[in-house]
Amino acid sequence: MSRLPPDGDATVIRFENVSKTYPNQTRPALSEMSLEIERGEFVFVIGSSGSGKSTFMRLILREERPSTGRVVVAGKDLNRLSNWKLPHHRRLIGTVFQDFRLLPNKTVYQNVAFALEVIGRPKGQIVKVVPEVLELVGLAGKEDRMPNELSGGEQQRVAVARAFVNRPMILIADEPTGNLDPETSVGIMKLLDRINRTGTTVVMVTHDQAIVNQMRKRVLELDQGNLVRDQARGVYGYVR
Amino acid sequence: MRVQYVLQEILQGLRRNLTMVIAVVVSTAVALVMLGSGLLMWQQTLHMQDYWYGKVEVSVFMCNQEDVGKYANCLTPVTAGEKQSILQALKGTPHVQTITPESQEQAYTRYQQLQSGSALSQDVTPQDMQDSYRIKLDSPDNAAVVEGAVAGMAGVQSVQDEQQLLKPLFTFIHIAEYTAVGVAVVMLVLAFLLIFNTVRLSAFSRRRETGIMRLVGASNFYIQMPFLLEGAVAGLSGGVVASVILVGVKAFFINHVVAPHLQSVQFIGWSPFAWIVPCLLAVGVLMAVLASAFTLRKYLRV
Repeated sequence: MSRLPPDGDATVIRFENVSKTYPNQTRPALSEMSLEIERGEFVFVIGSSGSGKSTFMRLILREERPSTGRVVVAGKDLNRLSNWKLPHHRRLIGTVFQDFRLLPNKTVYQNVAFALEVIGRPKGQIVKVVPEVLELVGLAGKEDRMPNELSGGEQQRVAVARAFVNRPMILIADEPTGNLDPETSVGIMKLLDRINRTGTTVVMVTHDQAIVNQMRKRVLELDQGNLVRDQARGVYGYVR
Repeated sequence: MRVQYVLQEILQGLRRNLTMVIAVVVSTAVALVMLGSGLLMWQQTLHMQDYWYGKVEVSVFMCNQEDVGKYANCLTPVTAGEKQSILQALKGTPHVQTITPESQEQAYTRYQQLQSGSALSQDVTPQDMQDSYRIKLDSPDNAAVVEGAVAGMAGVQSVQDEQQLLKPLFTFIHIAEYTAVGVAVVMLVLAFLLIFNTVRLSAFSRRRETGIMRLVGASNFYIQMPFLLEGAVAGLSGGVVASVILVGVKAFFINHVVAPHLQSVQFIGWSPFAWIVPCLLAVGVLMAVLASAFTLRKYLRV
């Protein structure tokens, strides 16, 4: 089970009139965005390049701060989060990227264990938990392989395992199927769906029409920094 | 688990950047050798001042048979009567505290001790030495009174303010001391910059790992620790190398080579090393940690 937000409050992510303009830019990356995402939801974030999807993710991770408005994650206002509490915030969020971002000189096991080692988890716990999560993602038996010996799909599974090993509250996936063929993509989506069913909130940025149309989850569509669509059980294209 | 992880990371980091780490250690070592030398020379001057200024201040040398005809007041080798007059004059001089006579025989014995084994000492006789009065004053600043009292008296070959003899030596040492400290400062700045660059390089080459560490929620401390410690280890090594060099110079060069030939100079013992060595180590580590922290603030933010 994933971690509960404090006070049993069901909202894990809330944006309150958030705008973000990067320095030396005229057009805001995000403009007056307000939304709520509840615990256990599966949300797609779609939009063309420059629509603000990456900014949206970065604000949740607090890699950036909003120019105006508030971002509240797990009941905490990120504007008021002190720098030394930031690592703690990041531990609530697992991230998966399009380019996998594995450490090339470490084995599958070591890559996943790394996420636990660097936050100070004891060895006893690591030895128990890592094999469990590797089995969950379907990589049991491949602990000693190096990333360059794996297919794209397998590498992404390692990345998912690493993101999930600490049982985060939220899993953010930034175009996780971008480098994968359609068949492998389906496999990854099934995995993310399975993770979502354990109670983890999943927010996934994607260009993949087929997947969005098939899974029929909540869709947030961004266009030039504005939230133009927020539809439950949505599809990729919008019939205007 | 934590300690093991951090140690592994440090070793890996040092190995990866071995050439730069060596550069850091060498430049730190040179800087600290300069600093240590400056400190040792300072200690040496204090030591010598205590020793010398405490002993003889002004010497009144009296004529021997060699001086006859060469000096205005030396018509004959000094007579007992002349010696008495000189002594009386000295006793009446203000600021004079003690007057110690040294006979030709005493001077001869002392000379033999100092120059034992050298070829020259074989040809010297007591008659070549001079009678002298060694005068201690209440303050080194009043040396001129002795000159005024006895300079023109019969039998006085010369009046020598020992301090004047030593002044050039002390000046020389002070110049060397300031030069060493000046070079030390420049070298420390250089070492600081080298460490800055090394840590930056190290952090850059590990950006994949540190990027993931940040995302995964590793604390700042955990991420920066290996780099800080890398810098500290390099700085400490520089300090150790510098200390070994200075101890070696003292043990072999000073004690075995220079001191036997310069018996009149009292060299410092080992006691200053008790605080100079820790001082050098501390400066090495501190400078390294500061430089590393500075780099990390700039290039490895959370």
